[in-house]
Amino acid sequence: MIPAQFDYMAPTSVEDALAALAEHGDDAKIIAGGQSLLPVLRMRLNAPEMIIDLGRIESLRGIRDDGDAIVIGAMTPHAVVGSDPLVAEHAALISKAVEHLADAQIRHRGTFGGALAHADPAGDLGAPALALGAEFVIQGSGGTRTVAADDFFVDLFETAIGDDEILTEVRVPKHTGWGAHYEKFVRVAHQWPIVAVAATVRADGGTIAEARVGLTNMGSTPLRARATEAALAGQPATEDGVRAAAEQAAEGTNPPSDLNGEADYRRHLARVLTRRAVVAAAGG
Amino acid sequence: MTATQERPSDEVEREIGRDRRRKEDQRLITGRTRWTDNITLPGMLHLAMVRSPFAHATITSIDTSAAKQATNVVAVLTGADFGEELGVCINAWPITPDQVTPNHSPMPSDRVAFAGEIVAVVVARSAAEARDAAELVDVEYDELPAALDLKDAAADTVLAHPDLGTNKSALWVFDSGEAGTGGAVEDAISKARGDGIVIEREYRQQRLIPAFMEPRSVVVDPTGEQYVMYSATQIPHILRFALAATTGVPESKIRVIAPDVGGGFGGKLQVTPEEWIAWAVGRRLGKPVKYTETRSESLVSGHHGRDQWQKLTLAAEKDGTVTGLKVELLADLGAYVAIVGGGVPVLGAFMFNSIYKFPAYHFAVQTVLTNKTWTDAYRGAGRPEATYAIERLMDELAAEVGVDPLEVREKNWIKHEEFPFTTVAGLEYDSGNYEAATARAKEMLGYDELRAEQAARRASGDRVQLGIGTSTFTEMCGLAPSRVLGSLDYGAGGWEHASVRMLATGKVEVVTGASAHGQGHETAFSQIVADRLGVAFEDVEILHGDTQVAPKGLDTYGSRSLVVGGEALVKAADKVIEKAKPIAAHLLEASADDLEFAGGRFSVRGTDQGMAIGEVALATFAAHNLPDGVEPSLDSEATYDPVNFNFPHGTHLCAMEVDTETGELTMRKYVCCDDIGNIINPLIVSGQVHGGLVQGIAQALWEEAVYDDAGTLVSGSFVDYLLPTAADTISFEIDHTTSPSLTNTLGTKGVGEAGTIASTPAVVNAVVDALRPMGVTDIQMPCTPERVWKAIQGAGSGGATEGAAMPHFESGGEMGNQEQPGTSSTEGAGA
Repeated sequence: MIPAQFDYMAPTSVEDALAALAEHGDDAKIIAGGQSLLPVLRMRLNAPEMIIDLGRIESLRGIRDDGDAIVIGAMTPHAVVGSDPLVAEHAALISKAVEHLADAQIRHRGTFGGALAHADPAGDLGAPALALGAEFVIQGSGGTRTVAADDFFVDLFETAIGDDEILTEVRVPKHTGWGAHYEKFVRVAHQWPIVAVAATVRADGGTIAEARVGLTNMGSTPLRARATEAALAGQPATEDGVRAAAEQAAEGTNPPSDLNGEADYRRHLARVLTRRAVVAAAGG
Repeated sequence: MTATQERPSDEVEREIGRDRRRKEDQRLITGRTRWTDNITLPGMLHLAMVRSPFAHATITSIDTSAAKQATNVVAVLTGADFGEELGVCINAWPITPDQVTPNHSPMPSDRVAFAGEIVAVVVARSAAEARDAAELVDVEYDELPAALDLKDAAADTVLAHPDLGTNKSALWVFDSGEAGTGGAVEDAISKARGDGIVIEREYRQQRLIPAFMEPRSVVVDPTGEQYVMYSATQIPHILRFALAATTGVPESKIRVIAPDVGGGFGGKLQVTPEEWIAWAVGRRLGKPVKYTETRSESLVSGHHGRDQWQKLTLAAEKDGTVTGLKVELLADLGAYVAIVGGGVPVLGAFMFNSIYKFPAYHFAVQTVLTNKTWTDAYRGAGRPEATYAIERLMDELAAEVGVDPLEVREKNWIKHEEFPFTTVAGLEYDSGNYEAATARAKEMLGYDELRAEQAARRASGDRVQLGIGTSTFTEMCGLAPSRVLGSLDYGAGGWEHASVRMLATGKVEVVTGASAHGQGHETAFSQIVADRLGVAFEDVEILHGDTQVAPKGLDTYGSRSLVVGGEALVKAADKVIEKAKPIAAHLLEASADDLEFAGGRFSVRGTDQGMAIGEVALATFAAHNLPDGVEPSLDSEATYDPVNFNFPHGTHLCAMEVDTETGELTMRKYVCCDDIGNIINPLIVSGQVHGGLVQGIAQALWEEAVYDDAGTLVSGSFVDYLLPTAADTISFEIDHTTSPSLTNTLGTKGVGEAGTIASTPAVVNAVVDALRPMGVTDIQMPCTPERVWKAIQGAGSGGATEGAAMPHFESGGEMGNQEQPGTSSTEGAGA
């Protein structure tokens, strides 16, 4: 299908992009890979007058080691993130989630920051980012600020990024040595998850010392299963050890009902998948 | 000039049976070919359609003024602008004399009857400008109550077309007692209620969308002496006839071209509003026009398939011997009776009894109008529905008797030595061997080992249970006998035409009326002709799909191309040889009686003298030295009308793992042994079987067209209408037994629909088989993990689908209007 007519620009610096954003305001839309935006344009569900493409801003690309964190540039394609050794070593949960993200074509076109800024609660990156306590670096005309993951996701398709701001990079605290698993439940492979659970675990011998659990598509934003996390500490890293804690995974969630399942079924899935994800993350 | 290379008969490698790669694939796969949307004509204008967002509404006004002012817009036209000139979309198969058939204007000006119906067309210099301007057309509607639920519609609670006074279109009945092909089913049922087994079930055939790869596209060129329509259609010949019949243009002034067509699955067996509108606009403006639908438009306005409620009563003796079958269907036509619409369930009417020796049979279908997208043929058309019902029932019967599902089937099926066999539905099955196909399939699956594993998992209470599903299907295809089609009130015949032209250079042009849309006709037909005439595969060119090149034909559907079109080809090729023989005899200075033809060569018996058919063709072209009175042409044609349908069969076995904790299904193994008679090209057959299997499995597991309670198609994109990809399927194991068809000389049977017809019940039977110890006897299709999980929780067949899309692009709809799952009961007197 043919999108409505729009103008297009591809600035080469964040400053130029911000200036363009300031100039065009509500008429502008940022494209950061386009794997969600293009279908919206083609189905004419949105018709911005100006598309600002961040694809030529080199500084937004790449992954670096920054002491106690790794830093992922917002415009780094999923495929690069998924195959990056730094990510695999220090934020394995992200590597695991990217492995299951959409399909190979989308993983090469879509970007890490683009997907997070789109904030689809069924997106695969929100839950891992939450679980790992990522920090979102957002630049505006007034400078740069950092938003914690807990404050970043506001609502369905809504984040802490202001209308005149751009997400530039995501700082992920190192979770070196933590086991990780992303348990994604779909009917067909190319589908958004009906429910997915992102779990990362620091095990001490056969015992779970610390666990972080993020939930995908269990509400209008990605969610942390905090009750489960708390209950997991000190439990044996076995199916039986994890069972009781996982039963609390759906607490405080508000999952959607749609073609793929009703809310109650999603809550059930969240509990089962949490148990499986945590056990797998703990190497059980 | 070079004649065809001679191929001595003793060294001829037969083409039939070879794994020839498809000669057409490179251009089709790369897209560097003549897809309709690739066609660009001088001065061509582009169309965009304005469609109703409402399922049922009166059109109160259409304001086109803003759209007409838009950049490069040439015209904006509505139904009122055309009147009768627009023609109508036809129903070619009124299944009863009193069928209620709403008038189907391609672009109504008073009332819309489904969401997606066209109310205006914008003509602009580019497709983008047409699309932009379409958004400026201001249509005002008064919404009317919509008939959406099939059962409610059948009760006439809300009328889809108020002027008709009813939603009930036609009631079509077959009764073996009345037809004299069997006993009275009510007698069988009441007897079984006393001393046997009666199984009553209600199954849902969900609504499906054909989802061909190439969206529909049409180009109309009115600038020559003949008006030309290029269309991504399965049926160029029927389309030409329908244009002539309904738009007043003489058939001789119409040329229809189906260039390369990218899939159809029945979805392009239609005469569409889009074609009729493009035709009218092209004629009105005198300029070439093009319309190519978007995928969203395709999903909402291309015809859908299936959509039935099936009420079934099977009577049997206590040992599992079947004594009667009663079938009562409700079939959703959607808003209009499409070209074959009402006939689709009738195509299934003769197949519910399948391979089993039912002594009594009753079938009735009530077709029903609703305010949803119209329905029509979709791969298998009527036969998947029938096969699903009977194969599900046979599993239920086996469970009731307490025997293996294959045992109860074998007890009832037609034995190999009983062929030819006249069924309770009045069809004569010519050949088959259910024992052989089943034995092979069991061996391929490792049936006994998997049954043992199933027992072990049950005993240990394994979280993952294993089920084995069976489908011993047959179908009727190769549509076909014109007399039979006539007796069913179908509007056309079922013959097929072919001609063979011998070119001076030794090449052979073959013209067929069966136009491919992805099946591989060009390759398979080349193999047949190469063998028949003894020429090289590469020297055969297959021409089709253009009514000026291939003027006669009845097109491609119903697994008919090979078994009907292929036979026409054989007959035409044989006539070429007959015509060549006296010429060869003359040139060889021998008597025609002394000539034999083999391996492409006429030889004089008992001598080393001979000449290749290509040499005869060259001599005939020169015409310097022909026998007196012989016309200088070898070209021949044939029209073939079979005396019977064609009955492929096979045994399909599916092993499915069910995660009882989540309802997730993991296919472990799928094997099938199909008997499709003699095989022309095993590679093409494999492709048809694999693709067919996936399409049938997809009905069992994934696909469903879901509407919300406003009549909006919620599964309106591939985000929500789940088509499987290679990532979702396993590697199938396929094999064949061979019982050649006795009704065509090649001994072939159709294979285009077999996989789809057979696989759906095998999959659902496997799921139910895994969970039967938990009390599960049915799961409504598609068997989503949620439905499976709910069934395990004791909530019947899993419930309706939520009528809301995943909100990735926009907010989803409200709660759905989906039908509730059927009721069921089993009576096993004394069992």
